[in-house]
Amino acid sequence: MSASELSKGKCVKTYEEINAKIRAGEVVVVTAEEMVGIVKKHGAEGAARKVDVVTTGTFSPMCSSGAFINFGHSNPTTKGWKVWLNDIPAYAGLAAVDIYIGATEMPEDDPLNKVYPGEFRYGGGHVIEDLVAGRSVRLRVLGYGTDCYPHKLIEKDVFLKDLPFALMVNPRNCYQNYNCAINLSDRTIYTYMGTLKPHGRNANYCSAGELSPLMNDPFYRTIGLGTRIFLGGSIGYVTWQGTQHNPNALRSENGTTRRPAGTLMVQGDLKKMSSQWLKGVSMQGYGSTIAVGLGVPIPILNAEMAAFTGVSDADIYTQVVDYSYDYSHAVARNYGEVSYAQLKSGEIEVNGKKVQTAPLSSVVKAREIAETLKKWIIEEAFTLVEPVRMLPDK
Amino acid sequence: MYTRMYVLRFPKDITDQPIICKLVKNYDVEFNILQATILVQQEGVMVLELRGVKANVDKGVAYLKSLGVGVERVATSIRRDSDKCFQCGACSGICPTGALYIDRRDMSVLFDLEKCTGCALCVPVCPVRAMEVSLNRSSISAPFPASLAVPASIS
Repeated sequence: MSASELSKGKCVKTYEEINAKIRAGEVVVVTAEEMVGIVKKHGAEGAARKVDVVTTGTFSPMCSSGAFINFGHSNPTTKGWKVWLNDIPAYAGLAAVDIYIGATEMPEDDPLNKVYPGEFRYGGGHVIEDLVAGRSVRLRVLGYGTDCYPHKLIEKDVFLKDLPFALMVNPRNCYQNYNCAINLSDRTIYTYMGTLKPHGRNANYCSAGELSPLMNDPFYRTIGLGTRIFLGGSIGYVTWQGTQHNPNALRSENGTTRRPAGTLMVQGDLKKMSSQWLKGVSMQGYGSTIAVGLGVPIPILNAEMAAFTGVSDADIYTQVVDYSYDYSHAVARNYGEVSYAQLKSGEIEVNGKKVQTAPLSSVVKAREIAETLKKWIIEEAFTLVEPVRMLPDK
Repeated sequence: MYTRMYVLRFPKDITDQPIICKLVKNYDVEFNILQATILVQQEGVMVLELRGVKANVDKGVAYLKSLGVGVERVATSIRRDSDKCFQCGACSGICPTGALYIDRRDMSVLFDLEKCTGCALCVPVCPVRAMEVSLNRSSISAPFPASLAVPASIS
């Protein structure tokens, strides 16, 4: 803190000052859960003086995830036209041996929802998990033959360690809030929000609440292009706002959004990731995807950031949405709003009836990610990166 | 009150006998049939909850075994793969007996085997397929006493 800032009595810290503390082993890091009590006890200003970094985390199914892979040249050379990994088609319209494997891709011969509700046992997300777990994956490449790439077929087992390049690139992760889903029809429905019983008899939600990264930096003041993060058990980066990023969603007075809002595009070296934090997911009747572990460290630059990170489950709200008709027909209607404290209690009230809730997002794992980030910062000098470009906030 | 959940496997030659009726009459136990596929001249499978004084439940189970009925705790046929499970809690919304539930203090997802009836509703609901239930006939491991399984001529 500089003398001029001290004289004003306001705590203001820079990234450089926080990083200097990290290098000196003097940094104070707490998780977003721990920050709730600290801000309550000491106020935002007091908390900002005490705490330098707040760590966040989330672990849940995140569609719009995948990986760029270069599988290396064969001899004679092959220009990949159609490419499969364990029978899952990968996008090959890039260069001769570059592909993108998407988490929700399914084998061409999968029954999908023909036998309803489909099981979606193995998809692109499972391929990524298998690769990261060190298991062999069958690579099949069809070429059409050119003068420079005369070979037309490759079929072999590959391991992640032998692939020349593998980068996880997720165009949309880490949603800032999400709907609480119910089903008001008279039959069970199978959605990306899980299985929903008829007549609104259960409600599923999917956010880590007070631990969730964008709940703790609701206006994207510190999370931007270049932010270094926890991704899939290793280090990753925020590389843009995610697709469908919507900063203009309805907000509470504390800044948190009451609707799905901001999103992050992230990437990181797949070879360094762990299958503990990347898990292929099968959503019955919906499809396959991947559960991604993601955590963001938030620098407490001032009292405002302390206040933002001090937000608790009781202060964060979302809307209850009917997925049997409203969601699928873009009807902008909800059946009330509930706080994450209510959702996490296991029961909410919808239309005057008590409804049992179930999460799709793991609080246990989100907490473990926040704790891991804390450890990285304190013990491994994981420093914070000042974004080179901020995410759109309006 | 002592409560236990069992999977019973009936050899096909005794599926026509009133075994559960005798069990209740002679051993003073309460029962709750949770699943049953009992057809004449076919091997039958039943998921049965027994309640009562422990000595009576034990005697009842001994009676069943004496008839050649395979008796296995449901708990031995159900498994949660803790490497796969990431404790999201999706199963807690579908589990009818509260065997899969969330400890609200830390939101950990717990599995109480004793409450599980083996209904298997959790299997397709689990996003990472961490629940393994093997109560169906194809997964019979060692259902009968050796005396019944081995042909008489050999023994």
